[in-house]
Amino acid sequence: MSLETIKVSPGFEKYLPKEYQDLVDDGPFVKQRKVSEMGSFKEAIEEHPMCAGCAMTLFIRLTYVALPSLENSVIVGTAGCGRLAISQGAVPFIYGNYGDTNAVASGLKRGLDIRFPNQEKDVVVMAGDGGLADIGFHAVMHSWFRNEKFTTIMLDNEVYGNTGGQESGMTQKGTVMKMAPLGKKGEKMDMIALAKTSGVAYIARVAPTNPTRVANTIRKAVLIAREVGPTYIQAYTSCNIEYAIPTPLVMDDAREVEADRYGFTEYFTDEAKSYWDNTGRKIKGTVKK
Amino acid sequence: MSDVVEKKVEEAHPRGDDPRTDVITEKVSQEEIEEEKKGAAAQKVVDPDYLFLKAPREKQFITGSEAAKEAIRRANVDIAIAYPITPQSETMQQVGYLYAEGYVKDYYRAEEEIGVMSAIAGASRAGVRCLTATSGPGLMRGIEQIQAWPGGRLPSVLLVMCRVINAPLAIQPDNIEISFLLNSGGVVLHGENQQDFYDYALAAFMIGEKAEVTLPVAVAVDGFFVTHARGWVSTPAENMKLPPRECYHEAVPMMDNENPPIRISRDAPIQKSNFISYQMHASWQQEVWAAQERSRKWIDRWLGGLVEVVNPKAKTMIVASGGAVSQAREAVRQSTEQGLDVGLIKVKSIRPFPTQELIEGLDHAEKIIIPEFNYVGWLAKEVKSVIPRVERVVSGPRVFGGMSMPTELIMEKITGEYK
Ligand SMILES: Cc1ncc(C[n+]2csc(CCOP(=O)(O)OP(=O)(O)O)c2C)c(N)n1
Ligand code: SF4
Repeated sequence: MSLETIKVSPGFEKYLPKEYQDLVDDGPFVKQRKVSEMGSFKEAIEEHPMCAGCAMTLFIRLTYVALPSLENSVIVGTAGCGRLAISQGAVPFIYGNYGDTNAVASGLKRGLDIRFPNQEKDVVVMAGDGGLADIGFHAVMHSWFRNEKFTTIMLDNEVYGNTGGQESGMTQKGTVMKMAPLGKKGEKMDMIALAKTSGVAYIARVAPTNPTRVANTIRKAVLIAREVGPTYIQAYTSCNIEYAIPTPLVMDDAREVEADRYGFTEYFTDEAKSYWDNTGRKIKGTVKK
Repeated sequence: MSDVVEKKVEEAHPRGDDPRTDVITEKVSQEEIEEEKKGAAAQKVVDPDYLFLKAPREKQFITGSEAAKEAIRRANVDIAIAYPITPQSETMQQVGYLYAEGYVKDYYRAEEEIGVMSAIAGASRAGVRCLTATSGPGLMRGIEQIQAWPGGRLPSVLLVMCRVINAPLAIQPDNIEISFLLNSGGVVLHGENQQDFYDYALAAFMIGEKAEVTLPVAVAVDGFFVTHARGWVSTPAENMKLPPRECYHEAVPMMDNENPPIRISRDAPIQKSNFISYQMHASWQQEVWAAQERSRKWIDRWLGGLVEVVNPKAKTMIVASGGAVSQAREAVRQSTEQGLDVGLIKVKSIRPFPTQELIEGLDHAEKIIIPEFNYVGWLAKEVKSVIPRVERVVSGPRVFGGMSMPTELIMEKITGEYK
């Protein structure tokens, strides 16, 4: 979408909400914004109904800043806490059935490629750990095996947050949660290893402790997905409600968990590495084909 | 020479550098180039009225799966997503060959049916013309998504080759699965034979994509009896195709980030417990069903009505859909020979349901017989729910589990003489 498409015809400015005008005049479209600029421009997302202090919200906000071509992005989500915020963003958002994200995104991306052969449309899946590792598992894995060119971001709060705190496949072993009254029996699923096995081009594990790093990771994942193949980001986004983390201590928790077991790691296939080193990293600003 | 070949391939497959389409980028012989020129590249877009109603046709003796293939060849399909299940597999394999020949732009075998139906939901939101097909257990597996298509206002065509769904597992024809499609909001057509499968499947794309409809269309036929048996099918020449999907002329914006205003959440979660949410959901549902009603006009125009009536004044009327119509036709023929006064209403469209047509067409009837290929008698229930004086309806005959329907069973109901 070009900025021209959304510009208000002269004389009609006063009839459109200020919010819309701001998005056009000083929004996140067409020029890539930086994390350091946050607070000084109109962001794609502002209001949302998520719990106060929820780390997931911060991560989602950073995603909107980081996407390399917001005006050509479509976000695919599913049931879970995240979509409460994502559906408020100024970017088309698809909300299908629980767990269908990666199959929907496969059809969507292929459809957009047919309709826009000369323009890059970025498809980004953003969903919870339950949505991707449990109910949507097979669709996630097969989108990777098929080499579908879009990015999958797991908002890993290690619990079914939206339905009130049940264990998920991404919950740590031994944790007592609803539906695991004696503590979770199995290990936390190793989705990173599974992504490697499935041939995912770029994989990153990240906690929201360093916003610039988060933004760079997302940008990298989206650009590599365009050119090389599927990319996967697994983000620790704690659920302060279900894990009883006092709101002021959410970032302390993130730092602790990061130091303990969720340190930043990235992995490239050879092809992705070569693309990134030779081309991707040199691209500046917002990117269109 | 290779230049010519490369170019052809690019035209047929816009994503020519993609591993998914690699298979056709191999060198092809001169004969094959000629063939290609006669195929997709040579097809002309024609007006649907012309293709459906006016274009000269020629008869071929082909299977139902081949009839579906001929429909898809002329349907200008962008993406077809396949998953094998008997008796459907043959059709989507044929569509695969069409893809290899460049008639379909993208095609893949998905992970299973939830994956298929979800990907169709994604592709339809992208604004492209989509197709899939399934049978029995596959329909059941995909049904969570299929039920959500109408509310998503997602035009697409789903071919359903009916097969047993309940345990014990079997692959035989039995159309009980259609009953699971009746409350989704989408259009549901039920074809009698190979000819219907061709005509309904092709018209389905245009019906569903009409602005005032913007809905998925399911086209069901009985497995094996139609899909694997041959029948006469008359089709127009291969060098014509439907106009492409015009997604900006539909009821909802596309999810392509080309539509202002920028803030689009067509699928907004309406989950707050307040009156506005209830109201939004309620009015959305009403609109889906109203859109289904608005498809009548196009079914009338392109398929000659929601029903076909034979011997309209007869005292005994048979009402049937799908393959049972053929047995009913034979029963009408035998009855006429025996001097019995028997007529037939063939129900082509199950959703929208031909309520008015049935009330009027059956008003004079003293006895109504509804033969079905399923145990539960979903068509009889549907008919009884709309006509007055339901005591006129004689239950059955019904066969199920894959049995064929001897005409004698219908004759027994007509004469009241049971052997
Ligand atoms: C088919 C289906 N099964 C179950 C649900 C119920 N459901 C809605 S949200 C949710 C949990 C979401 O957990 P997760 O995906 O981890 O995201 P979070 O809320 O933790 O961000 C569940 C089980 C549903 N909506 N649909
Ligand atoms: S329940 Fe947990 S994950 Fe969901 S919004 Fe609240 S804090 Fe965030």
